[in-house]
Amino acid sequence: MEIAKNLMVILLTGILTENFVLSKFLGICPFLGVSKKLNSSIGMGAAVTFVMVCASAVTYPIYFGILAPLGIEYMNTIAFILIIAVFVQLVEMVLKKYMPPLYKSLGVYLPLITTNCAVLGVTQLNLTKEYNFLESVVNAFGAGVGFMIAMIIFAGVRSRLERCNIPNALQGAPITLMAASVVSLAFIGFGGVVEGIFGA
Amino acid sequence: MSYMKEFTKGLIKENPNMVMLLGMCPTLAITTMAVNGVTMGLSTTFVLVCSNLVISLLKKVIPDTVRLPAYIVIIAGFVTFVSLVLQAVAPDIYSALGMYLALITVNCIILGRAEMFASKNKAIPSMLDGLGMGLGFTLTLVLVGSIREIFGAGSWFGIKIMPEFLEPMTLLILPAGGFFVLGTVIAVVNRLMKKKPREITCENCPNAESCKDCSAKNGGDR
Repeated sequence: MEIAKNLMVILLTGILTENFVLSKFLGICPFLGVSKKLNSSIGMGAAVTFVMVCASAVTYPIYFGILAPLGIEYMNTIAFILIIAVFVQLVEMVLKKYMPPLYKSLGVYLPLITTNCAVLGVTQLNLTKEYNFLESVVNAFGAGVGFMIAMIIFAGVRSRLERCNIPNALQGAPITLMAASVVSLAFIGFGGVVEGIFGA
Repeated sequence: MSYMKEFTKGLIKENPNMVMLLGMCPTLAITTMAVNGVTMGLSTTFVLVCSNLVISLLKKVIPDTVRLPAYIVIIAGFVTFVSLVLQAVAPDIYSALGMYLALITVNCIILGRAEMFASKNKAIPSMLDGLGMGLGFTLTLVLVGSIREIFGAGSWFGIKIMPEFLEPMTLLILPAGGFFVLGTVIAVVNRLMKKKPREITCENCPNAESCKDCSAKNGGDR
């Protein structure tokens, strides 16, 4: 019971209070670059969630099974980024061969993800927060779902912005960033919600 | 040779984050204080200069098909070096920057310069290009960091400068303030440089090559 509660807290914290995009600023490029259309937001969100969960599951044993026993923990950045790059390539090949429909919907976003800081970020976060294997995976899942929710909400905001009459200097990136600021402000409202539900 | 031009273009004209709109994550995340901006900017500059140098020297050796992973490994090596040095020399700043230091590895400015400049040019221009771009990046970080720190916390580089009776706008220190200040800065730059409005898109992204399908699928307008 205690474990389940702990996992729920990690999950909800990742989705709401410490949303990756809106409070940790990870994965801003895809957040702003791909959120123009609802469909692509969902696709990108799903692909990122998938890679994040798998990357966390793969890097955990590598860190504690190889890097830590050899005393070369400082190599984690190099090791993790290589693992993620290889892994993304692998997923792409496997999906292409065995699950063409899924490849069609997620595949196009995969190359983008290797250098997405959210993926490397989640593996680093798992280390700094000293999560165990299960917690790491749940944390990655929460972070991914949070990313997707932020993208979906923002796609809605942007479709409204397109129809607005915006001053010249603010067109393009500035107004997008300001809209993101308002969405981020809304997420501040979730502060304390998780503690409130679970009395932690 | 116009070495000077390679250096100065990154400062203002092709400023990586104010004009090219790259590397948004660190620009937003660590700019709650000006001093973080300086450290982050200089660390990134160091990595950028070194990686540009090494990549431009190795450009004939690295096979084209595996160049992205190769570049990332070179960059990650220098990032590890920088974070070890910072950890030893300035532990406070090291813990303030936290995981964003490791995330310099995936900063798209560095990979972008490797792909767009260092892999096509000689060693010295590549280094100057890296230096200019890095300092331009630092400039933006310090600018955004200063605005947020002065108005959000009433101090600058940790020294209190705003009078007591002015309540600091804590909002600017919060994530929402980061988006807002950066948006305003880019708007001012657009206005001053009379630039056409630009969207943050995939076109500058170093991965743009590999995901053309993606841009086609998103309506082909980017």
